[in-house]
Amino acid sequence: MSSNAITIPGVQVEGKSWLETLHEWVTTVDHKRLGILYIIYGLGFLVIGGVEALIIRVQLMHSHNDFVTPQVFNRMFTMHGTTMIFFMVMPVLFGFANYLVPLMIGARDMAFPRLNAFSFWLTAFGGLLLYFSFLGGSGLYGAGNAPDVGWWAYAPLGARAFSPGHSTDYWTLSLLVSGLGSIGTAINIIATVLCMRGPGMKLGRMPLLVWLYLVMGGMVLIAITPLSAAQIMLLVDRYLGGHFFDTQAGGSAVLWMHFFWIFGHPEVYVLVIPAFGFASEIIPVFSRKPIFGYPIMVAATVAIGFVSLSVWAHHMFTVGMNSYANSFFAITTMAVGIPTGIKIFNWIGTMWGGRIQFKVPMLFCIGFLFQFLIAGLTGIIQASVPVDWQLSLSYFVVAHFHYVIVGGILFATFAAFYYWYPKVTGRMLSENLGKWHFWLFVIGFHMTFDVMHIPGLLGMPRRIYTYEPGRGWDTLNLIVSIGAFIQAVAIVVFVWNLVISYIKGAKAGNDPWDAWTLEWSTSSPPPAYNFATVPMVGSRRPLWDLKHPEDPDSQYE
Amino acid sequence: MQRVTKTLKAALHSFAFLLSCMTAAAAADPASTGTNVFAPQSTPARSILHLSTFVMAITGIIFVVVFTLLVYSISKFRAKSANANSEPAQVYGSTQIELAWTIIPVLIVVVLFMATARVIHAMQDAPEPTNALEVTVVGHQFWWEYRYPKFGVVTANELHVPVSDPAHPTPTFLQLLSADTDHSFWIPELAGKTDLVPNHPNRMWMDPEHTGVFVGQCAQYCGTQHAKMLLRVSVDTPEDFEQWIREQHQPAVADERVTAGRRVFETTACINCHAVNGTVANGRFGPDLTHLMSRTTIAAGAALNTPENLSLWIKNPEAIKRGSLMPAMQLSQSDLEALVGYLETLR
Repeated sequence: MSSNAITIPGVQVEGKSWLETLHEWVTTVDHKRLGILYIIYGLGFLVIGGVEALIIRVQLMHSHNDFVTPQVFNRMFTMHGTTMIFFMVMPVLFGFANYLVPLMIGARDMAFPRLNAFSFWLTAFGGLLLYFSFLGGSGLYGAGNAPDVGWWAYAPLGARAFSPGHSTDYWTLSLLVSGLGSIGTAINIIATVLCMRGPGMKLGRMPLLVWLYLVMGGMVLIAITPLSAAQIMLLVDRYLGGHFFDTQAGGSAVLWMHFFWIFGHPEVYVLVIPAFGFASEIIPVFSRKPIFGYPIMVAATVAIGFVSLSVWAHHMFTVGMNSYANSFFAITTMAVGIPTGIKIFNWIGTMWGGRIQFKVPMLFCIGFLFQFLIAGLTGIIQASVPVDWQLSLSYFVVAHFHYVIVGGILFATFAAFYYWYPKVTGRMLSENLGKWHFWLFVIGFHMTFDVMHIPGLLGMPRRIYTYEPGRGWDTLNLIVSIGAFIQAVAIVVFVWNLVISYIKGAKAGNDPWDAWTLEWSTSSPPPAYNFATVPMVGSRRPLWDLKHPEDPDSQYE
Repeated sequence: MQRVTKTLKAALHSFAFLLSCMTAAAAADPASTGTNVFAPQSTPARSILHLSTFVMAITGIIFVVVFTLLVYSISKFRAKSANANSEPAQVYGSTQIELAWTIIPVLIVVVLFMATARVIHAMQDAPEPTNALEVTVVGHQFWWEYRYPKFGVVTANELHVPVSDPAHPTPTFLQLLSADTDHSFWIPELAGKTDLVPNHPNRMWMDPEHTGVFVGQCAQYCGTQHAKMLLRVSVDTPEDFEQWIREQHQPAVADERVTAGRRVFETTACINCHAVNGTVANGRFGPDLTHLMSRTTIAAGAALNTPENLSLWIKNPEAIKRGSLMPAMQLSQSDLEALVGYLETLR
């Protein structure tokens, strides 16, 4: 295509000092650089959150273990949850959005480049604020550093009576600050998708990933707002004598739960919808077929977006809502499984009759499909309210949502890494190391999270720093912990692959996967302006049309 | 085909092994009956198990069907070197197929919801029979307070309820309150869990069919020592239960031989938090000690109720339950011994 890099005569590219480079990156408003910053930032927190998970798993290896104190353990699970959701998965997904959305719709940048940079730095400082609590959290009270209230901070645990010192304030402020960053990015994604599409790129021709990011952006706007409101109310409670959640003064603990989960459950879909998007881009390319049922996939995503706004209280089946409320949230939760199921069927439909190439991105997508199927089904089991009275707050739930977030979202994100790394860096990730990463992670994942369901069924509650011997939980927990370490090894292989391939990887060229969406039409890495000439789009697969002029998609749409 | 049968057999065997492991695990502790949700001993737990079996069977069938499709398409449609250079037929979708895999899940959801709603109603809206025992449970950071309003009995950490004859059920209805943060009452073999939320009274019930000790623990994160907020429910025969109530009614024993220990108790900070009926000790922040010796454990199940543990608990609670709200009492050795001697008489 005509959009390779153009050389501008007289521009000196060589010989920049590291300070100049640093200055360029810190002050950048380029969507691609911000995307990379988001992703590197998220990967850093993946490692930190992972170390916290390992500390948790060492402590739980056997009953009455004494590796860390209960106080440290409680901080670890609070920090692990908060970090992984807000400072690992969210930034990485926003990073991919930043990098890919303009490239995929034929735009030269996001709609609001400065807002984009501002949002990233808000998110970045949010994370630093959370971790600064390790230094500043104890305040003048000597009350212990780092928040230990759980990532939901259920009222009244977050009140000053139960959480003296400043650790909870750091938690509150960091979520408030990074939440504002998320809202900024969401506005940016929506505006970019609606206003910045290139010539011929109608809504109905957008790659599914772009559609899914549009829905995700809308959900972020709806979901983060109540969380931010709740954080402000909590601050009012803690410092201005408010009593919203102060149960000692007649406040409502249940109100906090509603506020938190009307954020918290849409949040799950905020995270999983981009993962669906990755799968919807990668599976067709490696099956050599277009996505099966594109309009239905869009409709199913929008349906998930709407229905998932009315399922939040399924986190609260044990809180004592009346039977009608419980029934309502049971049926909405089961209903959200229908569009999700349709998606799984459509992915299988895409592979059906294709010629599947088992490159590493596709391996991770298949892992994603398999694990997301199980995660969805255990979700349906828990939507059955009375069953949830047994399973809620137990290790079964912990296993279930790690199946969603690790087995689903993280696997799809790894697929995205292997798939788009060549575009971002110009070099291929090593297939060999990639396969080591994949198989080690699959083995570790299943050892950990398959087995983790069972202690839940045997009555083991979550968030306990130790447990009694003789309950039959010891061996199971040991297996879970060993699996966690195997996953850690896989992550080391992955990070090593990212580094070594950047230096030694094979040159990728513009289009290493013989793919069909616009980002593959420009050079790898793309120039700052993305496309020398913004390409004209005639169908959902512009590059297919270009490669197969005798049989273009535009005939069929 | 043979390989498939072999794999299936192996899978079945490992599943059976897993189940037997789970049952063995549940039976490993002779002092208690375990915490296995698959071993219900009471109507609510049994209804839940029946519903679980139904839901798991349906989701299991869905899993097998989709998994088979997935494995089939992966193995059948892999690229072969013969056709690697050409593209397969480009199929864009099919309205009929999409309709089919929309309508079938809708029907499944309807069925699952009906089954679920039925059990929700049966459990949550169950009328309380007049012969039911009422107990008020108050969750505290990190122990349980039990009040029997009809009998005027207050005790801690070990709940006593009468066994319920399935022919003439005498269920126990629990009123759930919290003094501080959220907690959750969970005895897996008797009923599902219900949270104890401050300012939000909840209710749950159970009708245990067998006598014995049933265990569980707090399931909602409530602070530092959430892990050692253990639950013990003693299900007694009606006669034993009446006997227990009678004993709990007795005023505290006043034994002449332990006056020194009693003086230590009543002149130190103990009485700010603990109550002993019929004495000046009427604190309510900690467990009622009037009949301390009728309990098997101390510190909400964290240690057995032995003189050594009691002494250690008073001297250095951190050794047993780090982060509990019981302070180290800083008593001299002789005072400590006298105090433990006094507590030993509170039968």
